[in-house]
Amino acid sequence: MIALLIRDLRLAVRAGGGFGLGLAFFLIVVVLVPFGVGPNSGLLSKIAPGILWVGALLACLLSLDRIFALDWEDGSLDLLATAPLPMEAIVSIKALAHWLTTGLPLVLAAPVFGLLLSLPEAGYQPLLISLLLGTPALSVIGTFGAALTVGLKRGGLLLSLLVLPLYVPTLIFGAEMARRGIEGLETTTPLMMLAGITCGAIALLPFASAAVLRVNLR
Amino acid sequence: MPELGKYAGAVLSSYAVSIALIVALVVVSVIQSRRAKAALNDVEKRSKRNG
Amino acid sequence: MGSIWEYANPRKFIATTDKLLPWVSALAVVALAGGLIWGFFFTPEDYRQGATVKIIYLHVPAALMAINAWMMMLVASLIWIVRRHHVSALAARAAAPIGATMTVIALITGAIWGQPMWGTWWEWDPRLTSFLILFLFYLGYMALWAAVEDDDTAADLTSVLCLVGSVFAILSRYAVNFWNQGLHQGASLSLDKQENVADVFYYPLLVSIAGFVLLFVALVFLRTQTEIRARRTRALLARERVS
Repeated sequence: MIALLIRDLRLAVRAGGGFGLGLAFFLIVVVLVPFGVGPNSGLLSKIAPGILWVGALLACLLSLDRIFALDWEDGSLDLLATAPLPMEAIVSIKALAHWLTTGLPLVLAAPVFGLLLSLPEAGYQPLLISLLLGTPALSVIGTFGAALTVGLKRGGLLLSLLVLPLYVPTLIFGAEMARRGIEGLETTTPLMMLAGITCGAIALLPFASAAVLRVNLR
Repeated sequence: MPELGKYAGAVLSSYAVSIALIVALVVVSVIQSRRAKAALNDVEKRSKRNG
Repeated sequence: MGSIWEYANPRKFIATTDKLLPWVSALAVVALAGGLIWGFFFTPEDYRQGATVKIIYLHVPAALMAINAWMMMLVASLIWIVRRHHVSALAARAAAPIGATMTVIALITGAIWGQPMWGTWWEWDPRLTSFLILFLFYLGYMALWAAVEDDDTAADLTSVLCLVGSVFAILSRYAVNFWNQGLHQGASLSLDKQENVADVFYYPLLVSIAGFVLLFVALVFLRTQTEIRARRTRALLARERVS
């Protein structure tokens, strides 16, 4: 299992693996928004948590099709399926690798990008916590979407269409928590809900993803 | 025709849009059904003729 | 009469629904026309909402059917996963475009109704927002059916998507509720008489809902037949190519 994780991480970091692409995309979104809405820092600081959340979500989405695509093309996915490892474990490892290479960098970069959007002082802590809690759910849900579309030729667009509605609850509670943190309201409820969604997704979705992947490899 | 007052536009347009959508759905379903029937008939006839 | 699973045989399904279809369609037309004409011509105006109350005969049944169609797809998907009856999977596929159309009708009539009542076409109100999300779910479901070539694989994938999607649709409903309190009134129909709409509006509404339900059943029958025939055609063509 660990060997698989290390292999996936190495593949992602290697050139052409798409590591850093998500981060670059995130930066572009953050830079483009002020061009779109104007440089008024009052407005920017108000919408900063939302932009950072939506940007992180889109950046996450961008790298989803890479979770299985490379392994599918060179046939190593079929090899993995016959390995003694249960499919659920493989799927979970893939999701973890995706989170480590995409989700975690996004979380760490968010405070820096927050500066660009004049995020208020009080916002950093809730934003960080909400992203840290929410991005694993994004990776796990995304893995499910990637498993659904793995064998398809033009799967990329379909993947976004399938995954985006599934991202709605995570986005709402995550951004809501960051927003409440800035306004000094209590953040326990969205925090609990966000943690609940993430735990539920991590616990249950790998079964769905594994089932779907088995169907696709049939 | 009932007196709809100032809301005539809203009421009539929502009826028009909804009925148009439903009719479109029914028409599309019926056309698809006819096509499927015809295609199946075609193929079945051929497969019988060929044994 | 044997068990209900006999109808899972495609031939039996087509034979039975062929007999039922004219009746169900006729009833659907009668109930729809009756409910809508009754509602449109012969009901008074509401003292608060004026004539716009007449939109209720489209808005509420369409919204109900939008949700019920998804529920039916969920049940059909479960039957496919557990018992592997092809008719069930095809019925789920047949129902999706109907549900999506109903969602669009509910959204559009809602927007047209909201404009004079709330002074805005669109409001990020929980009910409206969750319907928009439901519409996205329908789109994704249909797109996945269309994208996968092998029939059984498509049925498996969409069934799992329907299951997972149902859970997330419910989650979204609560998330959206938490996120914004909203303008939309509470339930128009409930067993609690006190909260209900007044009787004059209630009875034509019931007829209209019955019409929408019958229309849905008739369309599902017809579209499932189409799917069965299309699949059989593909199978025969494939056999031809082999021989």
